[in-house]
Amino acid sequence: MAALDANQGLLRFITCGSVDDGKSTLLGRLLYDAGMVPDDQLAALERDSRKLHAEADGGLDFALLTDGLDAEREQGITIDVAWRYFHTARRSFIVADCPGHEQYTRNMATGASNADLAVVLVDARKGLLPQTRRHTYICSLLGIRQVVVAVNKMDLVGCDEAVYRGITEAYRELARTLGIAKVDCLPVIAPGGDNVGTRSARLPWYQGPTLLELLESADATPARAEDFRMPVQWVNRPDQSFRGYAGTICGGRVSRGDEVVVQPGVQRARIERIAVAGGDLESAGEGQAVTLCFDRELDASRGDVIADALRPAPVADQFACHIVWLGDNALLPNRTYWLKIGTRTVNARVMSIKHKVDVNTQAKLAARHLSLNEVGYCTVGLDETIAFEPYATNRTLGGFILVDRQSNATVACGMLDFALTRAANVHWQHVDVDKSVRGASMGQRPLCLWFTGLSGAGKSTIANLVEKRLHALGHHTYLLDGDNVRHGINKDLGFTPEDRVENIRRIGEVAHLMVDAGLIVLVSAISPYRSERRSVRELFDEGEFVEVFVDTPLAECEQRDPKGLYRKARAGEIRNFTGIDAPYEQPESPEVHLQTAGLRAEQLAEQVTAQLLERIVEPADDDYPV
Amino acid sequence: MNARFAPRTDHLDELEAESIHIFREVAASFRRPVMLYSIGKDSSVLLHLLRKAFYPAKSPIPLLHVDTTWKFREMIAFRDQVAAQGDVEVLVHINEDGLRQGISPLTHGATVHTDVMKTQGLKQALDKYQFDAAIGGARRDEEKSRAKERVFSFRNAQHRWDPKHQRPEFWHTYNTQIRKGESVRVFPISNWTEMDVWQYIRRENIPVVPLYFAKPRPVVARDGALIMVDDERFTLREGEQVETRMVRFRTLGCYPLTGAVESTAGTLDEIIDEMVESRSSERQGRVIDHDPTASMERKKQEGYF
Repeated sequence: MAALDANQGLLRFITCGSVDDGKSTLLGRLLYDAGMVPDDQLAALERDSRKLHAEADGGLDFALLTDGLDAEREQGITIDVAWRYFHTARRSFIVADCPGHEQYTRNMATGASNADLAVVLVDARKGLLPQTRRHTYICSLLGIRQVVVAVNKMDLVGCDEAVYRGITEAYRELARTLGIAKVDCLPVIAPGGDNVGTRSARLPWYQGPTLLELLESADATPARAEDFRMPVQWVNRPDQSFRGYAGTICGGRVSRGDEVVVQPGVQRARIERIAVAGGDLESAGEGQAVTLCFDRELDASRGDVIADALRPAPVADQFACHIVWLGDNALLPNRTYWLKIGTRTVNARVMSIKHKVDVNTQAKLAARHLSLNEVGYCTVGLDETIAFEPYATNRTLGGFILVDRQSNATVACGMLDFALTRAANVHWQHVDVDKSVRGASMGQRPLCLWFTGLSGAGKSTIANLVEKRLHALGHHTYLLDGDNVRHGINKDLGFTPEDRVENIRRIGEVAHLMVDAGLIVLVSAISPYRSERRSVRELFDEGEFVEVFVDTPLAECEQRDPKGLYRKARAGEIRNFTGIDAPYEQPESPEVHLQTAGLRAEQLAEQVTAQLLERIVEPADDDYPV
Repeated sequence: MNARFAPRTDHLDELEAESIHIFREVAASFRRPVMLYSIGKDSSVLLHLLRKAFYPAKSPIPLLHVDTTWKFREMIAFRDQVAAQGDVEVLVHINEDGLRQGISPLTHGATVHTDVMKTQGLKQALDKYQFDAAIGGARRDEEKSRAKERVFSFRNAQHRWDPKHQRPEFWHTYNTQIRKGESVRVFPISNWTEMDVWQYIRRENIPVVPLYFAKPRPVVARDGALIMVDDERFTLREGEQVETRMVRFRTLGCYPLTGAVESTAGTLDEIIDEMVESRSSERQGRVIDHDPTASMERKKQEGYF
C-alpha cells in the first residue's frame, strides 16, 4: 500500500450558503461541467426543468440535480446533508452539500467534520448575511482552515467589480477574526457556469483560477498531526499464535521496531509487525488501517490509544471544550451521557457551561442549558481518564459525540480544547477501614433505599415508617428527605430541569458517602428523571441500590394535596411542578413497586421492610465487592 | 465542457482504509452482525474489504444472500464458489411463503416480486437470525435518495427508515447504540463511486460474475430493455423473438428485471474505458427503479436495501 500523497488524494469539501444563494445550482453546475451528468439524468433534468419552470426560457435548472428527498422538493429547500461525488482528470472530490436553512446547523457541522475545505456562497446582491458569518464560524469551529468564497449572481449586479471587491474585503476581515488561514475569492454566475468550469467573458476583470481549478489545486491535508497515534478498534486474535491490535492511524507514522505506549496506561512495547492483507509493512502513516503486533504480551483493548512512547498523548478526565448541541431536549449540566471519542466510550457529564456562543455574532452569553443548534463552551468530566489531543491538532482524538443514554440519540458533537488539571491533582486516598468493615461492625450490609414518586405520593411517610422499623430492629439508618435537603446543602437550587438534575446528583453523592460509612440510607425525593436515577444507581455497587417506586396516580396525589402545592400549581402560582407542568418519568424496573391505591402507609412500609430484611441482615462476607 | 476523464487512482487507498475502519467498528460494536451479499460487483468489493479488515483472522461476520430464486444462474454458481472457499460463512435465505404463492417477476411484476421475495425475505432473515447490524453495498452516488444516507443508518424494530430523524454523523465516530430489537444498516462503501469500484476491482484483481463482461448472449427486447433469457421459465410474448447480441450487465439482479447493455467490453480495462465514454447512469437497466420519481426513497422507508 502506497503512502497517501498530500496533494493528490481525495478532496473533501462542503458547500454552504443561505437559502436562495444558489448553492444547489452552483453544485449542479459543477457536476455538469465536470462531465458527471449522464445522458439519462440530463434528459430527466430537461423534463423536470420544463415542468417546474413552465414560464422560463427552457434553461436547465441545475439545482434539480442535487435536491433529493421528496419532502425537500416539495418545500423547495435542502434539509439534510447530501453527499456528491465527482472527479476531473486531476483528482476526485467528495462534496457535502450543506443546507442553509436556519434550523439545520447540525447538518453543517456534520458535513464540516470530515471536510478539508469549505466553499461559501454569497449572493452579490445581498452581501454578507448573518448566515455567512454563522457558516464561517461553524467551519472554523469544526477545524476547516481554508475557504473558497464564491460571490454568486454577479449578473444581477451588472457584473460590477466594485460590488465584488466590497464583499470579498468584508469576508477576508471576517475570516481573519475567526481564524481561517486561507481564503480564495472569485466571482461566479452559477446557472451560466461563469468561472465555475470555464472562465467568464462577462467578468473579464477577474483573472484568477476558476472554481474547479481552485478545488483541483487545494491542499487536502492542511493540518496533519505529527505524533504517532492509533486508537485500538478491535483485538485480532484468531489463535494462540497471533495477537494484533487493529485500528486506523490517526496521527504521525509508525515503523517496525518503534517503541510505543498503550494509553491511558503506561505499558510499553516495541512494534514487531505491521500486518495488512497481502504482506507486512515496514512503516505506516496517518489514514492507514493496519493491525499492529507487539514484541511482548500486553493488556490492551478497544478504546486504548497506541502512541509514540517518546511523545505520548496527554491523559486526563476533565476538559474544556466546545459543544454543538443537536438534541431536541436541552443539554442539562450534570446529567450523564455517553461520550465516544475515537474508539472509546465513557460516561461523561457537562460540569458547567462557561458561556454559550451566539453563532451569528460570536458574542459570549450566559447560559444554564443549551438548546438545539446552540454552541457552548463547557467543562466536561469523565468517569475514567482517556488519552486525547486538542481538536486543533487531531480531529480523531479531540472530537467526540455525546449520546443520550435513554434514547440513544446523538445529542452533541464536541471539540476538546485543553485538559483541566484539577482531577490530576486530586488523587484517591487509600483507606484501610472500608465500607464492608464499617458495615460489619454495625452488623448490617449498607445500602441505599431510594423512594421515587410524585409529590404527595406518600414517599416520606412510608420512608419514615420503614426507618422506624429498621431502627427498632437495631439497624443504623439515616433518612435523607428531599424537602429537608433543600433547606441546606441544596439551598441554592430551584426547580428548573438543570437544578433538578444537580439536586439529585448531590443527594446521590451524599447517600453514597453515607452508605460508605456503613449506614442504611433512605432517600425520599421526587427524582423525576430516569437518567439521573440511573446515574445515582451507578454510583453504587451491585445490589446496593434499591429503587422503590411509590406509585400513586396523579389524581389521587392531587386530591390528597397535603401541602396545598397542587392547588397552587394549578392556579399558576408554582411553576415547573412535577406532574402538572414538568414531567415525571416512571421507573421501568424498580426493585420494589408499591401500588398504593387502597393500602395504608403501614402496610406499604411492611412490604418494603419484608423485602429489605433479607438483603441487609446477612453480614458482609469475605468477597463482598468494595 | 462536458469533457470526460478517468480519475486518478491515488485516492483508492483512502477509500479502502475508510471502509476497513467501518467493518471493524461493526465487528467491535454489535452482538450479531451480518453482511448482505448480493453477488454483484459491489458485493465482491465488500467481500474483499471484509477479508482485509480482519486479516489474518477469518471474518467474524457471516454473509447472507436473500435468494429471490430469479437470479442469473451464473450468479448462483459464483456465490456457491465463494461459499466453497470456506473462509467466510455464507447463509442463504428464501422467502418460502412467497415461493409457495408462486410469486414471479414475470406474472406479478417487478414491484410485487421485489417486495415479497427481496424486501420481505430480507426482513424474515434478519428476524430469524436476530441480526442487529446488516452491512450492505449501497453507494451514495447510485441514486438521489441515497445521497443523504448515513454510513450507520438506524432502523426501528419494524426495519423502517425515517429520513427525517437520522442520527447526525461526525468524523468517523459512529453512534452504534441501539435497543433490543432495533438494528442498523451499515454501508462501508458509501463514499465510493461506480468508477472507484471498477478501478479497485482492477487494481486488486477481485473476481466478479462473468456477466459483467461482454459476450454474445440470448436476449429479448422488452419494454425498452434487453432481457436475457436465462432459463425455461422465461416465456415469449407475441411478436418477441430471442436474438443473440453482444451484451454485458452494469448491475445484476433478478434476470427478468435486469436490462443488458450492448457492449464489446470484454476486459476490466475495456469496461473502465467504456464507462469514461458512457452517457447513461448505472441503474438505468433496473426495471425496479422506473416506478414514479423518488421510488427508491419509498422502498427504503419500507425496508428495501
